[in-house]
Order: sequence, then structure tokens, then C-alpha cells
Amino acid sequence: MNLTLKIWRQAGPRHPGEMVTYKVTDISEDMSFLEMLDVLNEQLNAKGEEPIAFDSDCREGICGMCGLMISGEAHGPEKTTTCQLHMRSFSDGEVITIEPWRANAFPVIKDLVVDRGAFDRIIQAGGYISANTGSAPDAHAAPVPKPAADRAFMAAECIGCGACVAACPNASAMLFMGAKVTHLSELPQGQPERMARVVSMVDQHDEEGFGGCTNVGACSQACPKGIPQDVISTLNKDLRTALRG
Amino acid sequence: MATLTPSRAGTARRTTIGLKVLMAATGLVFVLYVLLHMYGNLKALAGEEAFNTYAEHLRTIGEPMLPYGGLLWVIRVVLLASLVGHAYSAFALWSRAGNARRTKYAAVKTAMRTAWMRWGGVFLLLFIGWHLLQFTILKFSVNPDKQGPDVQQNPYELVVASFQVPWLTLLYVLAMVALAFHLSHGVFSAQQTLGWTMTPHAYRRAKLVGHAVSAVVVVGFLIPPLAILFGLIK
Ligand code: HEM
Ligand code: SF4
Ligand code: FES
Repeated sequence: MNLTLKIWRQAGPRHPGEMVTYKVTDISEDMSFLEMLDVLNEQLNAKGEEPIAFDSDCREGICGMCGLMISGEAHGPEKTTTCQLHMRSFSDGEVITIEPWRANAFPVIKDLVVDRGAFDRIIQAGGYISANTGSAPDAHAAPVPKPAADRAFMAAECIGCGACVAACPNASAMLFMGAKVTHLSELPQGQPERMARVVSMVDQHDEEGFGGCTNVGACSQACPKGIPQDVISTLNKDLRTALRG
Repeated sequence: MATLTPSRAGTARRTTIGLKVLMAATGLVFVLYVLLHMYGNLKALAGEEAFNTYAEHLRTIGEPMLPYGGLLWVIRVVLLASLVGHAYSAFALWSRAGNARRTKYAAVKTAMRTAWMRWGGVFLLLFIGWHLLQFTILKFSVNPDKQGPDVQQNPYELVVASFQVPWLTLLYVLAMVALAFHLSHGVFSAQQTLGWTMTPHAYRRAKLVGHAVSAVVVVGFLIPPLAILFGLIK
């Protein structure tokens, strides 16, 4: 298939950027979206032009590095990561717009690559548990009710890709934070730091410049792991409990 | 990975979620008030006597513990405080959201719901200003055929005179449609913000409650004005 690509090019963090149009031909439907960009970059290399910078690591949908805004949809038209998106989801002759995640808290480093360090700092603020070192405890030492374990696992699927922020009209990171808080709040290991965690993480979230949540759910629709909006309710509940002291 | 020192609990009061809780709580005050107000308006169907007695009751309720109009003033103060809190948090979050994404997307679907809440809210604020001037503060009649103190001093007469004017009824229809949109998302959103929707079941129920409240409010509020416009109430 032949495609027209409109891609955001930006030489560095402080450089102005612009949309540049490229054509690619003979793209196979079985290629992943990133392989299609690899083909374009080989062409650019051959012509001696600067290849397009984009992030990826695992290319199997588990690391969360590869987020791109594709024609206005985070990770493109399917409910998956950009690396797991295939060209059969597009049609021959289509014009595809490719942009980086847009949020002040995710500054552009180059072209399509953004710095998601803000997520790491939110985790550093409270998204952890304290555990004694030494020999590992028995796996069944602390019993967990099945529904709580299921919900914790569901929330733990979040890969920190940032699609929720990218899709949110307010560039809010509540779905990401809700997933992390819910994951730990559902488990016995998360209890000792539960209240301190939520306060510190929410403070850090605001400090990073993310917006507030309007509960419209654009995040859950964009999330490649299908994290539901009810994790944000758990986040809000925990914060309210923490505030009551 | 290095970890940071935890913040003190009180600091989270000033965060975006703190603002949202303020917006949710004040919004729920409005919902209760609006339901009460709707009930009062429906008294118009029972005729002049019932409607005006109700308006008078609002002022004498609680006497002699409270002075004449005492409870009404309590309600007014609560509503005014809620309005200030609601609008303040709305504008603070709106400007924060604008700053959170200074470079916009070239291709992105616009978030209709968020825009409806914000611009719809501004419209409701203007409407409330107009509505209070018309029925509470100045008590003026927009009906050229019905003027004078007899109309202005009689709540029932003023309402009937007003809604016999088609453009005024249209304005109220528009305002109620805006209110319905505002409430259908707002009532759900408040429940989510207060942390009442932690299971998929509770989440679906919260959405349903939002739609139900907004449907009841629009229909209930629009019955008296439309009945007047079409001559069922004279
Ligand atoms: C078709 C719709 C409506 C009608 C016919 C209507 C009618 C009235 C009337 C007649 C009064 C004066 C009551 C009195 O002083 O005895 C009043 C007051 C008031 N209305 Fe409405 N109203 C409508 C919708 C709304 C809405 C949607 C809101 C707000 C969300 C609202 C907020 C108020 C407030 C705050 C007052 C002042 C209460 C006070 O302090 O006296 N109204 N309305
Ligand atoms: S909640 Fe979903 S969209 Fe957001 S960072 Fe986690 S996996 Fe990505
Ligand atoms: S490259 Fe790891 S999730 Fe896409």
C-alpha cells in the first residue's frame, strides 16, 4: 500500500517544530506501524536526510515506550500499543498524521520522542511499597481475597505509556495514577503507606503541570490495556480518606 | 530508584482533586436546590392560590424560631457560597487544563463533553443572573400587555405574564437544555470525584443517575412555562 505521512519534525527540545509530509510506497499490510516508520527512515538515510526519531523498546506491547498520536488517536485506531498496530488497520492511499504526545509535562526531546520522566517522579513520590530484604516470604504468607487480587492485577497492567495523558482534553494523568494507586491499595502489602502514598503522588502530579480530571473517559478509550475509569474513583476515595486524617 | 519524602496530608487540599471535590459538593447542593425549586414551580399547575401560598410559606417557614424570610436567607447564603465555590473551581481547573497542553495537536477530535460543561456553565451563569433580576431582584414583566404593580407584586401573575411571551419561553427552554447537558455529565462526574464508583456496577449506576436527574429536571421545569405559553394556564 502507498501512504502519505504528515510527521512532526523538531530538531531538539528548544527548537521550533513543524509538520513535514512524506510519501511511502509498497508498504505491506503485515508490517507493524513502527516497521513502516523503519522503512521511511531507511529511505531518509539513503538520501542522507536526518531520520525520524521515535521511541520503541520491546515492540511487543509491554514496555510502554512507543506511544504516538496517529491521526488524532493515541496509539492509532486499534485498542493496542503503536508497536502492535499493523498497517492492515489503514487503507491504501490514506493520509496519516503522526505527532508526539502533547502535554507540557511531557516535553518533546526530538521529533516524536517525549520525556515521560514526570511519570517516574510520580512513582518516586509514592508508587512503591517498603519491603524487608532477605529471603523472599512465602507467596501465600499474606492471603488476598480473589476479587481484590483480580482488580490489583487489572490495574497492574498499566505500562506507563502515557496514552491517557495524550488523549485527555486536560492533559491529566489521573488514569495512570489511579491505576498505580488501585494496584497497591487492593493488596495487603500496599496498606502501610496507603494514605501517605496518595497524597504524595497527587501533589507530585500537580507539581508536574498535568491538568485536572473532568471524568470524560477519553483516557480509558485510548488506554492500550483497557484500564477503566473506576480506578480514578478509587484514587479520589483514597485522597478524600487521607484528607480526613 | 530514589524515593521522595512523603508530603503532609493537608497539602492535597489545594490540588486539582481538592478543587474537584469542592466542585462536586457545591454541584450537589445545586441539584438539591433545583429539585426543590422545580417542585415549587409545578405548584403553578394547581393554580394561583397554591403557587402564591407556597411562595409565602417559603418565607414563613420556621417562624417564630426564625424571622420572616429567615430560612430563605439561609438558603440564599448557602447557594451564593456554593455558586462562588463552583465557579471558582471550574475556572481554576479550566485555566490549569489550558496550560497543561500549550502546543495543540494538528489532528485531534475535540472533547465535546468538556467544552459543553465549560461553555454551558458560563451560559447557565448568565442565565441565573438574568433569571434572578427578572423574578427576584427587579421583578419586571417583559409582557407589554401586563405591566404594573399588580403583576409585579404577585408571583403567580408575574410568571404567567412572562411566559406568555414566546422569546422568553424560548430562552428558558434553551437554558433548561443547557442545564440538562450540564447535569447529565455533572451528576455522574460528582459521584466519580467523591469516590462512589469503584466497581463497574456502581460506575454504570452513576451514569444512569446522571441521565435520570437531568431528564426529571428538564421535563419538570419546562412543564409550567410551556403550559403557560400554550394557554393551558392563564
Ligand atoms: C423554567 C425554569 C425556571 C422557572 C420558571 C423559575 C422560576 C423562578 C421564580 C418564579 C423564582 C422566584 C421565587 C420567589 O421569589 O418566590 C425563582 C428564583 C430562583 N431561581 Fe428559578 N426558575 C427556573 C429555573 C431555574 C434554574 C435552572 C435555576 C438554577 C440552576 C434557578 C435558580 C433560581 C434561584 C437561585 C432563585 C432565587 C431564589 C431566591 O433566593 O429567591 N431557577 N425562579
Ligand atoms: S493507564 Fe493505560 S494509557 Fe495510561 S499510562 Fe497506563 S497503560 Fe498507558
Ligand atoms: S515498544 Fe514496548 S510497548 Fe510498544
